[in-house]
Amino acid sequence: MSMNNQGRPTTAQNVGTSFQPFESFSGHQGLRLAEPLIFELDRADTTGVDVPEVDDFEMAIGGLARKTSIGCPGLPEPDAVRHYTRLSRLNYGIDMGVFPLGSCTMKHNPRLNEKMARLPGFGDIHPLQPISTVQGALALMGELSHWLMTITNMPAVALSPKAGAHGELCGVMAIRAAHEARGDGRKTILCPESAHGTNPATAAFCGYDVKSIPAKSNGRVDIDALKAALNETVAAVMITNPNTCGLFETEVKEIADAIHAAGAYFYCDGANFNAIMGKACPGDLGVDAMHFNLHKTFSTPHGGGGPGSGPVVFSDALKDFAPMPYVVKENDGSLNLKEWKADSADTSLGRLTAFHGQMGMYVRALTYMLSHGGDGLKQASEDAVLNANYIKASLMDVMSLSYEGPCMHEALFDDRFLKDTGVTTLDFAKAMIDEGYHPMTMYFPLVVHGAMLIEPTETESKFNLDQFIRSMRGLASTAKAGETERFEGAPYYAPRKRLDETQAARQPVLRYSNNQEA
Amino acid sequence: MRYLPLTTTDRQEMLAKIGVRHIDELFKDVPADCLNPDIDLPRHKTELEVERHMARLAAKNVAAGSVPFFVGAGAYRHHVPATVDHIIQRGEFLTAYTPYQPEIAQGTLQYIFEFQTQVAELTGMDVANASMYDGSTATAEAVMMARRVTRRKKAVLAGSVHPHYRAVVETTTQYTDDEIVVQKTLPESPEAELKAAIDAIDETTSCVVFQNPGVCGHVLDLTPLAEAAHANKALLIVVVNEVFSLGLIESPGAMGADIVVGEAQSIGNGLNFGGPYLGIFATNQKYVRQMPGRLCGQTVDAEGKRGFVLTLSTREQHIRREKATSNICTNSGLCSLAFTIHMTLMGEKGLRALAKLNHKTACDLRDALNGVAGVEVVNQTFFNEFTVKLPVNAAGLVEALAEKGILAGVPFSRLDPTAGLENYLMLAVTETVTPDDIAALVAALEETVK
Repeated sequence: MSMNNQGRPTTAQNVGTSFQPFESFSGHQGLRLAEPLIFELDRADTTGVDVPEVDDFEMAIGGLARKTSIGCPGLPEPDAVRHYTRLSRLNYGIDMGVFPLGSCTMKHNPRLNEKMARLPGFGDIHPLQPISTVQGALALMGELSHWLMTITNMPAVALSPKAGAHGELCGVMAIRAAHEARGDGRKTILCPESAHGTNPATAAFCGYDVKSIPAKSNGRVDIDALKAALNETVAAVMITNPNTCGLFETEVKEIADAIHAAGAYFYCDGANFNAIMGKACPGDLGVDAMHFNLHKTFSTPHGGGGPGSGPVVFSDALKDFAPMPYVVKENDGSLNLKEWKADSADTSLGRLTAFHGQMGMYVRALTYMLSHGGDGLKQASEDAVLNANYIKASLMDVMSLSYEGPCMHEALFDDRFLKDTGVTTLDFAKAMIDEGYHPMTMYFPLVVHGAMLIEPTETESKFNLDQFIRSMRGLASTAKAGETERFEGAPYYAPRKRLDETQAARQPVLRYSNNQEA
Repeated sequence: MRYLPLTTTDRQEMLAKIGVRHIDELFKDVPADCLNPDIDLPRHKTELEVERHMARLAAKNVAAGSVPFFVGAGAYRHHVPATVDHIIQRGEFLTAYTPYQPEIAQGTLQYIFEFQTQVAELTGMDVANASMYDGSTATAEAVMMARRVTRRKKAVLAGSVHPHYRAVVETTTQYTDDEIVVQKTLPESPEAELKAAIDAIDETTSCVVFQNPGVCGHVLDLTPLAEAAHANKALLIVVVNEVFSLGLIESPGAMGADIVVGEAQSIGNGLNFGGPYLGIFATNQKYVRQMPGRLCGQTVDAEGKRGFVLTLSTREQHIRREKATSNICTNSGLCSLAFTIHMTLMGEKGLRALAKLNHKTACDLRDALNGVAGVEVVNQTFFNEFTVKLPVNAAGLVEALAEKGILAGVPFSRLDPTAGLENYLMLAVTETVTPDDIAALVAALEETVK
């Protein structure tokens, strides 16, 4: 006999529509569990770890024992597991569904990568243990370098930058070092309007004046404006290719030639490299330095904001200025790490981080590359581009496409289709949450009004894309038909309604304190 | 190619919908002579083949947990409860992006808020950011922040600061007109290090950077340094690169620090051959808007329920572009989650007890080494790491002991080959070091140091 539906039968009669929501006594709502801050759980004197008792002994800390409290509660292990499990359920991740965040590249994170990074031979080795005891780690760094150089056709790579923006810094520093080695004090870097915000910030950080280059009506860099701005004071041009409008810079070789003719270097923001890996090599396109975002291109997980990893490949012109440390092969075949400048003739730009960079990310990225192979990386690019163009073709009649022609791995729409509906890009994005999707990138790139940048990546199936397209078409049609109710207060079905960001900025509350009102 | 779900039929249908016949028509913007280059890389492998390949590479390394292990100098091997790694692998945490859509990222945002509070409490400061790449880059950011606050250019890096950190500060600021004063490391006279830092402060100084415990392990009262800095309207930046020490030693905030930065890998995160690690950054309320990096703030939603968002982003690169506070764009999200889970398991009680155990183990090691002829412990004070002076070259000794299966610490020359400190060796212990490990080290030293 079935144990289901014990008690009253679930007929239409008693699951009727007259139900009024009520406040539960617990604050929970079924599977949606309210969770206070750990500091509100009043566990000041408990701990979730077992610690051996230590008898009193004479300490050697110069009488500096900590007298001030450490106002951090300890939760017993079962409560800690529940706390973080409950928090996790308030998040959306790529494991839950389509995450079309253009320019951020959210693709499947294979668990094999995680398993490999946790092998004790990788996860449990110290950056300063003797070189003879980490030959496998150095070999792995060498293999990763080989893959990165081969797939870009560039002769050198620096692995140590810790994130994409850190890689930009590394690349621009190498450019400055190269100019200075020639006694050339160039002062300016040119950045297109569509550049990632980190590009101009990086250039300014390295002491350069930043000059903006406009985009043409087809979404590409205005090459005439670029040529007009190039002169003997320009140190470099920073271009994202494929660019942030999801378009390939068609005239890239002509751009590179113009840059080099002016004695400047071509920095390529490689954040979108996953659109062309295996299909075209930056080295063949005239690039002098380009960073990868290993986390974007080679599927290391984003983890709610990091860690990233931003290796940089260099052309012959820049390779002598790469940062330390790097792996070198000794005459006896063993691997070594060059960690310091050997002499004053050494032109390395220096050290960008303690130790050797994001080894954990190297393992994940190499695991992914080996799994895909050279053939698979090329297929991944083709599928990423195919999926983006499929989205574009399937939505262009109901949303407004920003640029004609094929896009690369992301499709850029703007808010013209919402004109006079009263629905904003933000409203539209929040309504996507109610459909069960993470919103696309909004309001970026800045060159387009009310931008909506959709990047499906290569790991979405046609079935997933068709479902997503159905939701997007539904939302677009509803908005245009004037049925705007679902947009006004969206999201309705999220753990929180729309949050007041203005209050957060005007009266910053950046930590819990005992005397605050909960 | 198991990660690519499209079938051949799917691809054909999709190309038809797009209105092209061949995939390369979608790549027509790429210069034709550059399209489909001949790239010499191996073909794809099965999961099993990849596992074998990676396992072979991993097997060529000596894992710290497999030997008596005394290596520290900015990265420490602590025991991390199984719960930590289990929870950070939940897909909702692992596979989420930066919480730009706060309504569906409250899990990430709430733990960041808790993390910020834990770091502020540990360091004794008012506020902390959502984490940075690592301790060394956080230190460079702190130096640049001090310049913004004081509008002065001279930064004094004390001898106590890890040489790698000093190198990162020097590299990062080489194209500004900052004046970086690097002081000599004096393993045997920490008081002289402190005095030199005090003496270097003048009316042009933006900040003085001091590490506590210092790179050689010494623990000092920094109150006089804070007073000297403040008397000259300079900032005191304290670097903590063994965050466990804050469970036993008075906080930098209580000693008068204006900015506390450090490496928090010790809590929740493994060694990982140097990264990913977890930079922390904390300061006082009045400097909040000058602080680099991401910040999570508390607010309310449209129904008045408490919620969290990223905030004060007007300092950041995506808003201010070339005027941004720094070019930093990412944080160490997952590492900070590991930290906050481990910290929540320990609590004040567990951290204090573990820190005491670390120190006790270090005292045991010191006592054991004092019985080895030729080995001289130079520290009067330390937390879980100290320096010994040897009658032989420390790097050579470490290699010799590695051949005996003991990883015996970090020769100072590995950190800075130019310092002329070839006979100095730093040894670190944690709660993972057993009496047997110490006995093995002592026996090996007695055989080797002669």
